[in-house]
Amino acid sequence: MKKYTYTEKKDTRSGFGAGLHEAGKKNENVVALCADLVGSLKMDAFIKDFPERFTQVGIAEANMIGIAAGMTIGGKIPFTGTFANFSTGRVYDQIRQSVAYSNKNVKICASHAGLTLGEDGATHQILEDIGLMKMLPGMVVINPCDYNQTKAATIAIAEYEGPVYLRFGRPVIPVFTDPDQKFEIGKAWMVNEGTDVTIIATGHMVWKAIEAGEKLAELGIDAEIINIHTIKPLDDEAILKSVKKTGCVVTCEEHNKFGGLGESVARLLTTELPTPQEFVATNDTFGESGTPDQLMSKYGLDAVNIVEAVQKVIGRKKA
Amino acid sequence: MKHTIKELEDIASQIRRDIVRMVHGCQSGHPGGSLGCTDFFTALYFEVLNYKKDFSMDGIGEDLFFLSNGHISPVWYSTLAHAGFFDKSELATFRKLDSRLQGHPTTHEHLPGVRVASGSLGQGMSVAIGAALTKRLNGDNSYVFSLHGDGELQEGQNWEAAMFAPFHKVDHLICTVDYNGQQIDGPTDKVLSLDSLQAKFEAFGWHVINTDGNDMAAIVEGLHYAKTLAGKGKPILNLMSTQMGAGVDYMMGSHKWHGTAPNDEQLATALAQLPETLGDY
Repeated sequence: MKKYTYTEKKDTRSGFGAGLHEAGKKNENVVALCADLVGSLKMDAFIKDFPERFTQVGIAEANMIGIAAGMTIGGKIPFTGTFANFSTGRVYDQIRQSVAYSNKNVKICASHAGLTLGEDGATHQILEDIGLMKMLPGMVVINPCDYNQTKAATIAIAEYEGPVYLRFGRPVIPVFTDPDQKFEIGKAWMVNEGTDVTIIATGHMVWKAIEAGEKLAELGIDAEIINIHTIKPLDDEAILKSVKKTGCVVTCEEHNKFGGLGESVARLLTTELPTPQEFVATNDTFGESGTPDQLMSKYGLDAVNIVEAVQKVIGRKKA
Repeated sequence: MKHTIKELEDIASQIRRDIVRMVHGCQSGHPGGSLGCTDFFTALYFEVLNYKKDFSMDGIGEDLFFLSNGHISPVWYSTLAHAGFFDKSELATFRKLDSRLQGHPTTHEHLPGVRVASGSLGQGMSVAIGAALTKRLNGDNSYVFSLHGDGELQEGQNWEAAMFAPFHKVDHLICTVDYNGQQIDGPTDKVLSLDSLQAKFEAFGWHVINTDGNDMAAIVEGLHYAKTLAGKGKPILNLMSTQMGAGVDYMMGSHKWHGTAPNDEQLATALAQLPETLGDY
């Protein structure tokens, strides 16, 4: 198992804030909008340096999405910022008609996704957003795994023409990816090469998958770990190549098992290479109040859950 | 004036013929609101709107128009065709398979003249504001026009947008409300009263003007006047009274013809009231 270390922990939303600032410096057409959550979305640096390119919309997410769609007409590249719940479910029809169907170059940037939002509870902990967004024709869906990858992804989507959903989170987590990485939309990242099982992880679950990989190595199981940061378009080639070698797969995501990354992988494998698969995801449930660590543990999203799923799926492979 | 009022009325007569023929041709669509807004569209595209013949999505340096109540697509399509955005023969494809003239306007099929999809109601004011904000950032002093149904104002997103535009001094924005008092289930006063739209928008900080949308001279003058109000720190709301079905006697003044197509006999009756002025498609 390849050794991953970290010297600091940071939140992925700060990676977004840094990336937005960088993208703003690189391209004067980058503009930002926020629905009364500037501090939470870490947009301060962008606002300080480009005040005229920032629009405070107030608590009116539907209006924000519509304004963003309109701002693309004339060449701007709008980044909208609010929590994931208010970036998707609350404004689904606005995104569907004014952004996706109209093919507008809007970047919907969504913080506080999933259970790790923590104490605010289930009203704010959306676990359905990947599913909602990946179903929209033409929508790119990205869920990066740490500060550096989120920053790189934010810069990359400014250079991509078309609607994008960028999902990130609230808690501080290890920073373990290359600070100078080139982010390629739709290209999987090989975290660790192995032969016994393919672990496919996205977002906050990538570090958990690395922790699981270390435990599995102690048990004599050689896990291949792939980071799928782009859930749509899915890197079919990387997944199929790995699964051909390992013969079984575990998908890991901080999202409902219905509609998430796991189902995208299952659709691919069912049609191309039927393979035993286990899902580490929430099980058709809402979350609740608690600390991020408590919630990830209670809802089965810890390294130990990945280890158990691997042992189970390897058993199915042999059966 | 680029045209006389008589010339504009003749264009409007042809557009009305197109509308009833298009809706009859596919036996679906929304003639009532389309006919009610025909004079507005004619005035806008043939007299007021400063647009470029070669359509570009970005619309730099030209006035933009957004149709929020997308179901009145027949009047927009016919107007765009007569204004030269595409050949009028294409009007025969309205609502049919493989057409660029979808039931509700879209950008998906790349129809020149359309910059955003509409149909699901209440979204157009936000989009128009966004386009106006980009024009401001680009130092582009041209105008953004939009049209909204009155019933459509029951959608809450409009009021988010209505609150935003004055606060942010979006003052090259001229929104028109088709104030015909009708919606699918009946008169707006019975379905969900809008009460005083003038008082509501003024309370939100808009400059409100009132026009008669079925009097060509009045609507031309009203839209020109609206332009003179731009750049003074307030968005402009044109409260435009119309008759649903205007120009076809049996369709007027009732919600019945909101979304119903005429049969052969009804089509003949309608066409007899609408002189062919520019040639049918």
